[in-house]
Amino acid sequence: MNAAPSLAMRAVKGVVLIICCALVLVPFLGVVSTSLADQVQVINSGGFVLFPDNPNLNAYRSIFAGGVVTRAVLISVIITVVGTAISLASTAMLAYALSRPGSLAHQPLLMVVLMSLLFTPGIIPSYLMVKQMGMLNSLWALIIPTAVSGFNVIVMRAFFMELPAELIESARIDGASETRILLRVVLPLSKAVLAVIGLFYAVGYWNAFFNAMLYINDNDKWPLQLILRTYVVNNAMLGTDQLGTSEALPPQQSIQMAILVIALVPILLVYPFLQRHFAKGVLTGAVKG
Amino acid sequence: MQARRRLTLRQRLRRDGMLVLLAVPGIGILLLFEYIPLLGNVIAFKDYQPFLGIGESPWVGFENFMVLLRGDQQFLNALANTLIITGLQVLFVFPAPIALALLLNSLLSERLKRLVQSILYLPHFLSWVIVVAIFQQVLGGSGMINNYLRSQGQPTWDIIGNADWFAELLTAQVMWKETGWATIIFLAALSQIDPGLYEASSVDGASRWRQLWHVTLPGLRGVIILLFILRLGDVLTVGFEQIILQQGAVGLNASEVLDTYVYNNGIINGQWGVSAAVGLVKGLVGVALVLGANKVAHIFGERGVYQR
Repeated sequence: MNAAPSLAMRAVKGVVLIICCALVLVPFLGVVSTSLADQVQVINSGGFVLFPDNPNLNAYRSIFAGGVVTRAVLISVIITVVGTAISLASTAMLAYALSRPGSLAHQPLLMVVLMSLLFTPGIIPSYLMVKQMGMLNSLWALIIPTAVSGFNVIVMRAFFMELPAELIESARIDGASETRILLRVVLPLSKAVLAVIGLFYAVGYWNAFFNAMLYINDNDKWPLQLILRTYVVNNAMLGTDQLGTSEALPPQQSIQMAILVIALVPILLVYPFLQRHFAKGVLTGAVKG
Repeated sequence: MQARRRLTLRQRLRRDGMLVLLAVPGIGILLLFEYIPLLGNVIAFKDYQPFLGIGESPWVGFENFMVLLRGDQQFLNALANTLIITGLQVLFVFPAPIALALLLNSLLSERLKRLVQSILYLPHFLSWVIVVAIFQQVLGGSGMINNYLRSQGQPTWDIIGNADWFAELLTAQVMWKETGWATIIFLAALSQIDPGLYEASSVDGASRWRQLWHVTLPGLRGVIILLFILRLGDVLTVGFEQIILQQGAVGLNASEVLDTYVYNNGIINGQWGVSAAVGLVKGLVGVALVLGANKVAHIFGERGVYQR
């Protein structure tokens, strides 16, 4: 471009950027600090602590003592792992089946996937469908209905179609079946796209809240996001009964923030990866569009 | 040998049968949970009785829609709230990432830019439950801001759970969560602008502000119009999860929107037909707005969502 901007302009920009970053970072700092703070400091500060004086892990010990939160974390982990496995398998199979133009029923099957991107069926009919299938109040209701995303199928299909056709052709001449080609040739060459789409699904399962609220009545089957809503957003009392411990509890606000941290940690762990690849994914969709 | 022999169905089945089988689980899930529920929308024209099922419930024609046209108070309230919230969001949420992208784009240091991006993209990956909880911790009655105000002997700022500020609070939450992430698409568009245009305008003596107006913004016009049209399709959709999480504290008067009306009225209160009718009208209005706006864009010579 042209000459560097004036000093005043640079100062204004710097201040705006610092404010933007602080708006994101300070709340995170507060959440983590409060989860580590002790009773005295939480009371003195009126609730939310930015810098803990005597950081301790009591809040984490109490939520992992075996009560409702522990169970919800387990359920969320199970849903995320099983769901991601099912999603990845069915998405990869469908994407591979659609990766060869001219094959039997290619056109109509592709249309089914593409059209599903255009609409969402609506809350009531979806609910009735899940009810009809007898999945109400079952953890399967949190996995099966959202297991396949048409968008992810299209992305994966595009990737499969870029693979060298000679590899697949020669495997077929050697007499390999389609399943064998998929497992032995295509998937090993597609680790990157599998990882990205797997994370995409995993984040979705981990964060899913509304389907659990809609389909799960039984408190025993609540995933972590519903625990968060009840005990953190709606401030329901979390006592020794719910937490399954007989020890004296750390301050309520510390426990709440510890639950929040537990819900955040998996996202933060995969975030560097997400950021790099998701931004790229958004761009392929947008620029080529 | 013939180059292109037409295969019989049987031969194609033998060749591609396995391939079709591989598609079955994925296609099955899409049909079951995307397409068949779509047919379930017929209950908008029925007096749906759960014990009779969809097929046996009696037809009532447009009766469910008439309930709405006659001005059901709850429905009108939900419609009004939806329009207010959408209006605020189009006004504030839509332009924010454009401004932020321009700011990021003007940074000369690539490393600083990347650092800021890493920080600002993060909230996009958090669930609404987490975002709402974080907002309560910062702005709530015993949250960070009010604790500080109290310690300074100032009056506290009552915004969480306050019906008067609900639309503004929702808008702020969406901005916090999505502004950073939404810059990606604008940054990509900015990187496509021909650097020669900046050089030429600078030779012609254009100031940086004039370049912004005459080079940068015109370069972004296509993307802005595209996203705006797509946004129109969601005019009647305002953050369902976000709102239902905070509805208890604020009350239905200020917080009921069309989506929560469908949920509360249908699934909670059993008014299936009326709620399905609202959902159906909402979906159709969205599609109609996108197609209409696209038409207008074409008339003005823009590209729009798809080309003719």
